[in-house]
Amino acid sequence: MSENMMKIEFSSRSQNESFARVAVASFASQLDPTLEEISDVKTAVSEAVTNAIIHGYGDNKEGKVIIETILNKNEISISVMDEGCGISDIKKAREPLYTSRPDLERSGMGFTVMETFMDSVEIESSENVGTRIRMKKVFSSLE
Amino acid sequence: MYIEFESKDDKLIVTLTGELDHHSAEEVRIKIDDRIDMVSTNKVIMNFDHVNFMDSSGIGVIIGRYKKLSMKKGTICIANAKGSVERIFQLSGLFKIVKSYKTLEEALSII
Repeated sequence: MSENMMKIEFSSRSQNESFARVAVASFASQLDPTLEEISDVKTAVSEAVTNAIIHGYGDNKEGKVIIETILNKNEISISVMDEGCGISDIKKAREPLYTSRPDLERSGMGFTVMETFMDSVEIESSENVGTRIRMKKVFSSLE
Repeated sequence: MYIEFESKDDKLIVTLTGELDHHSAEEVRIKIDDRIDMVSTNKVIMNFDHVNFMDSSGIGVIIGRYKKLSMKKGTICIANAKGSVERIFQLSGLFKIVKSYKTLEEALSII
């Protein structure tokens, strides 16, 4: 079965976080998810995009955040990528409540939220090259 | 995000409308802190009745206000957290330090 995909690219500005959530949610609506499933996806996307903007790019508003979404049967696969500073210690980053930016009042819950609301979360990152978060979720279908 | 303030007795009710994410969190933080100082209140109730989206940025906002109020021996609580908003609060363990009430009336009568 062939996959349906979309790809969007936008500036690393916080005002684009809402757009990113809505874009992925509307693409995902083809699979007829429940309201709760869509809410879960939007929240996970919000966390990943916020990480790319705050951590990947810091104060740089000209960075590019790329989201690629693939729909395969009733599974959604979302990749959020940036070409920012990369994560030096992925294990530490995944620790609940750990944040490298307590000055921004970050709670350190981003990855925990993604891992809770999606079925799987993979992190690939290289310092000064960038980061890619790949998350998947299977939507329950009412057939 | 739209923020409404209402003072009732010695309590400050903060009603948020819209989406609470990283983008809106900064504005929310500044406006609430300014208001807390302006009315010099020690008791804040965050009303989430009209918040239709929240990610972990909202947790950061609440914790920040909790720390600020704690320094003045004050208190902050949450009212009307529903659905995924409530789930994120639960996930973060925030309810261990910040009380959550089903309704605004309940919060007002208790704090």
